[in-house]
Order: sequence, then structure tokens, then C-alpha cells
Amino acid sequence: MTDTVVRGNVVRSNVAKILPFSAVDGPGNRAVVFLQGCDFDCRYCHNPETRAACIHCGICVAVCPAGALSTAPAPEQAAAPAFPYGIRVDWDPTRCTACGACIAACPHDSSPKTMDMSPAEVLAAIERYRPFLSGITVSGGECGLQPEFLEALLVASRAAGLPGLVDTNGSTDYSRLPGLVEAAEGFMLDVKAWDEAEHRTLTGASNQTVIENLRFLATAGKLYEARTVVAPGQFDAPLTVRNVSAILVSSGSAARYKLIRFRPQGVRAAWRDLPQPTDALMEELATIARGAGVKEVIIV
Amino acid sequence: MNPGLAVITDRTLTYQQKVAGLARVGEATESPLAISAEIQRYRDLGAICDLYEGAAPYRPRYLVPDYELFMRQGSEFLGLPPPRDIWEATASLLILYRHVPSITTFPVYLGDIDALLQPFVKDEAEARKAIGLFLLQIDRTINDSFCHADIGPDETVAGRLILELTREQKNAVPNLTLKYDPDRTPDGFATLAASAALDVAKPSFANHRMFKREFEAMGFPDYAIASCYNGLPKGGGACTLVRINLARVAPLAKSLDDFRNRVLPDVVARQLQYMDERVRFLVKESGFFEASFLVKEGLVRADRFSAMFGLVGLAEAVNTFAGGKRFGKNDEADALGLAIIASIDAMVAAHRTPLLAANGGHYIMHAQVGIDDDQGVSPGCRIPIGDEPELPEHILRAAPFHKYFPSGIGDVFAFEPTAKANPRHLLDIARGALASGLRYFSAYASDADVVRITGYLVKRSEIAKLNRGEASLQGTTVFGRNAVNNLGVLDRRLRS
Repeated sequence: MTDTVVRGNVVRSNVAKILPFSAVDGPGNRAVVFLQGCDFDCRYCHNPETRAACIHCGICVAVCPAGALSTAPAPEQAAAPAFPYGIRVDWDPTRCTACGACIAACPHDSSPKTMDMSPAEVLAAIERYRPFLSGITVSGGECGLQPEFLEALLVASRAAGLPGLVDTNGSTDYSRLPGLVEAAEGFMLDVKAWDEAEHRTLTGASNQTVIENLRFLATAGKLYEARTVVAPGQFDAPLTVRNVSAILVSSGSAARYKLIRFRPQGVRAAWRDLPQPTDALMEELATIARGAGVKEVIIV
Repeated sequence: MNPGLAVITDRTLTYQQKVAGLARVGEATESPLAISAEIQRYRDLGAICDLYEGAAPYRPRYLVPDYELFMRQGSEFLGLPPPRDIWEATASLLILYRHVPSITTFPVYLGDIDALLQPFVKDEAEARKAIGLFLLQIDRTINDSFCHADIGPDETVAGRLILELTREQKNAVPNLTLKYDPDRTPDGFATLAASAALDVAKPSFANHRMFKREFEAMGFPDYAIASCYNGLPKGGGACTLVRINLARVAPLAKSLDDFRNRVLPDVVARQLQYMDERVRFLVKESGFFEASFLVKEGLVRADRFSAMFGLVGLAEAVNTFAGGKRFGKNDEADALGLAIIASIDAMVAAHRTPLLAANGGHYIMHAQVGIDDDQGVSPGCRIPIGDEPELPEHILRAAPFHKYFPSGIGDVFAFEPTAKANPRHLLDIARGALASGLRYFSAYASDADVVRITGYLVKRSEIAKLNRGEASLQGTTVFGRNAVNNLGVLDRRLRS
């Protein structure tokens, strides 16, 4: 397969991780491609190491017990901002035991284990798992921040017989990216809070584009799933569920609505102790969604 | 205490289990087999084991009756005309099951029960009731986990009802296999099967194309899955199953070369001799093939009986010689495992017994799941519990072994209960596994009461009864309890 060329450059991305099998990222068994970098700073983020690009500071190298991390001089022709410390951190996947020490030590919400890949390289990495897969899901970080790569990957993946879902925080205006929308099998969109002020407090960002995307994708028949993570005390969950449900129903979308319990796994220390929702609260929210006419409501 | 009295006074055995136990004690008082000193030495070392098959075989170990023929002709011996409706069909089968022997004293194969019952499904509500009672009676009276029924590859109303009722009833018996063929088994039906597997640990998925092709090549018109996961010729079965315990053979060798060139060929040759002797007694002396009405009425035919050459403990043997590299984790260790299996396969294929016409007198390879008193011996060619790699890696490493074992090999995977929300996920994995060369794929969710021990199913709640000193309906519960203790089968790696 040849790599997609956009404006003379092969489109590449910083890939945080590729998970060959997943039961929870869309229908059937899917390979999940996590792209590095996110523009939201959610308190309950459970993979904060995917938020920022690695700045090659070298702090993680000393804590690796497996000798999988090393430093080298920064490449000479590299742009200075990519290597502010004049060194490059290298990761050897064959020695890595995935113990998580590097990620725990990183003060920058990043990871030394990201991989610079083209769409063809991503597909090559999952080629041996193809008989097991219904498709791929591109997630993050926030995959919408790299729309050229995302579109190129979706096109290549579809051509390889693996339709691609997009798991997104909705900060990118998809109505301006018709090629990407066409190439996607569907979208899974997080609506983290309906109220703008609450959304800003919870994520550090506005939700205006998120809600526009909800309307746009639902109306276009491209929404596979809407999601809300329920973290008591962080935002008005009933208000959010009511409004998201209303848009799903009024747009005639077949999307399901997944209500996700906040769980502390992977969450940064400052927010790890947020209260978890009760079963009763989750049921109450599901009842609101069903009452509004959403056909499929899932609690996980 | 003498063995008979021990059985008689055991408070954890039901009456029926005592009768079967006393039969084994009685059989052990005879020793009509000619067993050479060399064979006996390997038996004493645990290198060769007949799995408590008995000292004087008086029936084939596994019978796989042609139930389709029975449905067409009824049985003269049993005084049964061919059934005409769903009630007669289920009653006829239940009557016949009572008279189908095996090593367990219970039938190990109940038929391709969807295809057998489908012609009688007229009204779905009535069929649901009849099949529900049929399955219930099987669980309560054929109380043995090695009792196995098959469904598929085509979807039928009967097949769907069997899956739905299996999920509702949550019984350990019968073990159930879906013969899966991607060209014939519809996605909806297969997804229902996957969903049932996550609730009640069954059905397993059998690679129908692979079995069909191989059994036809061996000259058999059809195959069935019986007992744990044993592929056997329909209308016949297996006279015996004897296994090599490679984990016990490895320490007898001075080096890998010694193992491959001297010790292993000798053990294989002795096991073949021992199997020949067991077959000889059964065929020539026991009178089974002259006396049984199943033979006289053509429900089983002597020319469709083979025998199973079993083995266990490949992982432990490889780990003995691989210099610190672990089977299931390292390519070189796996390649050594494959080379060992290929050499055993060649030795078995070179052997013929003139006593069996089936498969040209050649025995069929079987990756045995172990017995409950095995300690530190992994089933067949399985990757040991505790060494299991990530799921995709695990399947792809296991697959190359499966082609060597037409009479059965399988891998078992435990899933997080969250997988129940997406049964299509399990179906994708099962389908991918079969497409990658896996012969037989089993899965269960870690919170189910019914759990797959090695190849058979046992209820955790029944194990708890035994642990309280109470009797359990299934005599096989004790095997499950011991395997939990000795093999750590509840500690399988969980897949999310």
C-alpha cells in the first residue's frame, strides 16, 4: 500500500498506542489506534499520558527498570522546539515490559513510547490481526486534531476492508471536513457537559463546537454513539443527558447513548478521589434518556 | 479400607456414582491384557496413561451413534418405531441415550440435536417446551460433564431454541459445540451462540470446514464432537484413548537430542503397542461388536471405530529443553514444540493396526486435556496458565498446533464480564481464530457459575457442595474441583 500524500508530504502522526483487540470501542472486535495529543484537560481523564507531545526532557529514562529507554543527541536538522533539551529519548519496544514507570514519572502528561507512523505503517502493524477484526477505531488523545492523518488512515483502512470509527471529543468542526466524515464509518462523540461554564471547568475548553458536532453528525446519520462520563458533582448530568437525548431524537439519529461511570483507574492523583456515581443515579439518567425517546441506552 | 468398601461408604457419592464406582472396582479384578514390562514401566512412571480406562475394556471408550439413522428407522431392539412428532422424537432420543455406553457409563455424544429435532418443529411454542424438557432431563439424568451435543453449521429454529434454552437453564450438561462454517452459519445465529457462551460457557466453536475436510479424507462420511472436544467419526467412535505425558517423559532424557532420538520414539512405540493390545481385547475378546444392538442395528459400525493417540504436557517438555525460553512466549520454544509434535505425528502415521479398518488402521492424534490428579502438567499443547500471552498473540501461537489433532485439541479463554455487552466481539475473535487455523475455540465469562475446566463444564456451585462434604449430582464435579486445585483453572488470564 502507498502512503497518502497531502501537499507533497507523506501524512504521518504521533501514535500513542495500538491496541489490537478491543471489546468496548465500537461494534464487534476492533483494533484501536490512539493518537497522541489532546486539547481538553478533563479532570477525570484516564489516559493523561496521551495529552501532550513528548518534549524529550529525559526524566523518564532514569526510572525505566527494563533498560528500554535511552537518550541520544537531538537530530541536527530537527526543529528546535521539538527537542528543547538537545536530546532525543528513544524507546525500545522489545525491552519494554509495559510496567508504566515512565508514564508515572512524566511531569508533562506525555509518554516516551509514542511512534511516528504513516497510515500504511499503522495498517501494517495490525495486518496479522485482520481476520479477527470488524474494523478499527481511531481514538486518542484527540484524533480530530490531526484531520489530514485521520482522513488518510480512514481511507486506507476502508480500502483494506476495515471500516473506521472516530472516537472524538468533538472539538474539531467536522462540518468543515466532508472528506473525513465521508471516509468514517461513524463517530463516537463525547458530550462531557451541556452547560458551557461547567464544561470549561471540567475540561478547560468550550463545548460550543462539541454541540454543533452532535447536531451535525446526528443529522448526517454519521453518529454511531454519544457518550457522557458521569462524575457526580462535576456537572449537571441530568441536564446534559436530557439535552443530548433531545438532539439524538429530533435528528432521527439511530445512535446509541452510552452513559459511563467515572472510574479512578489511570486518573491523575488530584482527581482520583472524585466520587463514583451510584447505580441509582446511572439508572435515573438512563431513564431520562429512554423517556426522551433514545432507543438504545447503555450503562457501563 | 478395600476399594469396594471405600466406594460403598463414601458420603459424597450418589447411589448411581457408587454403582459406577463398584463397576470399576470389579473390572480391576480382571487383568486379561498382555502388558509388556517396558509398557508397564512407562505406566508406572506416568509417561503412558490410559486415563483409568479399565483393565478389561468391555465397550469402546467413546461411541458416536448415527442418530439420524435411528430417527429414520427407530429401533427393533428397543421396540421403537420412527418418531412422528416433537414429543416422540425427544422421548425416543432420551430412551436411546440410556443404552449408549461409554467410558463414563453415560453417552458422550447426543447427536447433532438441532438437525435431529428440526423436522419435528411445527409449532415454536410447543417445540420450546419439548426441547426445554429434553435438555432438562439430559442435565438431570445424564449427570456427567463429558456428555456432548452438537449444533450447526446451519441455522434452524431448533438450533436457536437450543441456544436460548441453554442460556436460560444454565446447566452444565450437555457440553455443546457449534459447528461453525463462515459460509453457512449466519452472523445472527453465531452471535447468539457467542452471547450464550458468555453466560453459560457454551457452546464452543468448532472449525467445521477443517473437521469435515479431514474426516472425509480419512474415509468417513461425517464427524461429530463428543466428550470434551473430541472429533470422531459419526456412526463409530474411538476404541481407546491412551496418552503420553510429555512432562513425565522429558526427565527420562539426558538431553534434547536424547529425548528426540531415543526416549520419545521408544515411548511412542510402546504407547502404540499398548493401544494395539487394548483394541485387540475389545475387538477380539470382549464381544462388544457381536452383542450390542447398536452394532446390529447399524447405529455404530465396526469399520468406523478408530482409536485416539493422546498426549499432554508439551509446554513442560519444551520448557525442560528450551534453555530458559518459555513455550507460548518465545518463537524458538514454540518451534521446538511444533517439531516435537510433527515427529510424534509422523511416528503415529507410520503405524497401522490390522484390527481396525477405519482410517486404514491408523490411529488419530488427540491433544488430551489432562486428568484431575495431573499436577503441573498443561493440557495437550496448551500454553500454561500463568504464561498466557495477550489474546491475539495467544491465539496465533496456539493455532499451528491444531492441524495435527483431528480427534481433538482446543484452547479456552476467560473473558471479563464486560464482554457480555458486545457478543459480536467474541464472535469476531472466535471467527478469526478458526480462520487462523484454530480447530476448536472455547470462551466463558469469569463471573459465570458454569465454568469450562479443561474441556468439560462444571458448576462452581456444585464444587462448593463437594467442599462442604455434600454429594454432587454430577460425578465429574470432583474432577473439576481437583483441577481447580491442581491446575489453577480459575486463574486463567482474563481478557477484556
